Amino acid sequence: MIPTVRDTPLRAVHERLGATMTEFAGWLMPLRYGSETSEHNAVRTAAALFDLSHMGEIAVTGPDAGAALDYAVCGWPSALAVGRARYTMLCAPDGGILDDLIIYRQAAERFLVVANAANADVVLGELTARCAAAVVTDESAGTGLISIQGPDASGLLAPLTDLPLAGLRYYAGGYGTVAGRPAWIARTGYTGEDGFEIFCAPADCEPVWDALTATVPGGLPAAGLAARDTLRLEAGMPLYGNELGPDVTPYEAGLGRVVRFDKPGDFVGREALAARAAEGPRATLIGLRAGSRRVPRHGYPVLSGTERAGVVTSGAPSPTLGVPIAMAYLEPGTTGPFGIDIRGRAEPAEQTELPFYDRRK
Amino acid sequence: MGVPAELRYTQEHEWIAIDGGTATIGITDYATQALGDVVYVSLPTVGAAVTAGEPCGEVESTKSVSDLYSPVDGEVTEVNEELDDDPGLINAEPYGLGWMFRVRVTGGAPAPTDLLSPAEYEALTKSAG
Repeated sequence: MIPTVRDTPLRAVHERLGATMTEFAGWLMPLRYGSETSEHNAVRTAAALFDLSHMGEIAVTGPDAGAALDYAVCGWPSALAVGRARYTMLCAPDGGILDDLIIYRQAAERFLVVANAANADVVLGELTARCAAAVVTDESAGTGLISIQGPDASGLLAPLTDLPLAGLRYYAGGYGTVAGRPAWIARTGYTGEDGFEIFCAPADCEPVWDALTATVPGGLPAAGLAARDTLRLEAGMPLYGNELGPDVTPYEAGLGRVVRFDKPGDFVGREALAARAAEGPRATLIGLRAGSRRVPRHGYPVLSGTERAGVVTSGAPSPTLGVPIAMAYLEPGTTGPFGIDIRGRAEPAEQTELPFYDRRK
Repeated sequence: MGVPAELRYTQEHEWIAIDGGTATIGITDYATQALGDVVYVSLPTVGAAVTAGEPCGEVESTKSVSDLYSPVDGEVTEVNEELDDDPGLINAEPYGLGWMFRVRVTGGAPAPTDLLSPAEYEALTKSAG
């Protein structure tokens, strides 16, 4: 089989903007349009647009869709009110994380599951197998996704949509139009800022993008995957493949709250997750603030004294904090002072609370 | 993408300007576009001996870190201290204010065969895609 790289519906727009493109999870995606630091700062101080059409969208529908999802994931989707969303995880029977998901309840009998692009096929396969009582439909190819993120997002989007944004809470969504095109509009994101995700037909992506771009003189900036990564890292949000994977459960990632033992009925991974909850996590996800300007990167060893005590899962220079930051898994019971082995030389690092950046503070 | 005619280049995407026995070294426009925003550069110290083809520093960008090489044998006579406060100069003016370090070249001149002409360098960047 020849691997093919897929284009999003906005490929031509990215080319027009002179984006540096990169292959990501089988998609050709914009890495940056100009300076990724400027794109990051635009999201923190004003707003910027993202093309997230690579994400997987899977619909689970039917009268028993909620109960079927309750069995399939570790959260409690059937308890969601229509129009609300929840962050949850799909776990293997051994409790390992197969993907992290956002599930929107779009109607009483319709849930939209948004999966990471790299895991979309796995999620589709697992949901199909686990949700026999519901209809599971892969809607990825028929769905484009544009996100506007930043403190100005609400004010910029409001004049273009018939959905009243003032009444839309964080992790809520509704059907409406954007620039006259039908869309599911949700107040969700992956940046640590207020923002909206707009799911629409691929053919509508370009007019929606253009309308959003035209909301500010000179054009609302676009932001690529490089900025998306530093934004989510500052916000302490995990990335599948870095902080999350089949070898860890939600407890290692500090996200045990997503496992809902209080929901009725059995679910995949329940026994293993209950055991892990009782015995305690096998590693602890922490935040580190570098004491030098050399940048910790994925896979670098974390040191306690001179001993290896863990591993960096994500690291980057933080535009907002002005120093390099990292998330890392530590062996339980490890104490500082910590260092990071940066290419053979130990550099000091200070443990810090997650998230690194909180817009409410 | 700029490849100034008066400079020579290396396989590691560095440029070198030779003036008498002194070489000024930086990274190319192509390199800065591949790296993205440079956030920190670790330069050799003044007085240090450097060897052609061996790492003498690091260039940190948002997504990656790269070794900085000396294209020539010699002794470091000057480093661009402005870069410490403003590494963005490397992205803004890779061939100007973003220069990195100067070397007094051992023997007065580098072996010309070790360096790429602008045409050769341009061909290298095209073949790299």
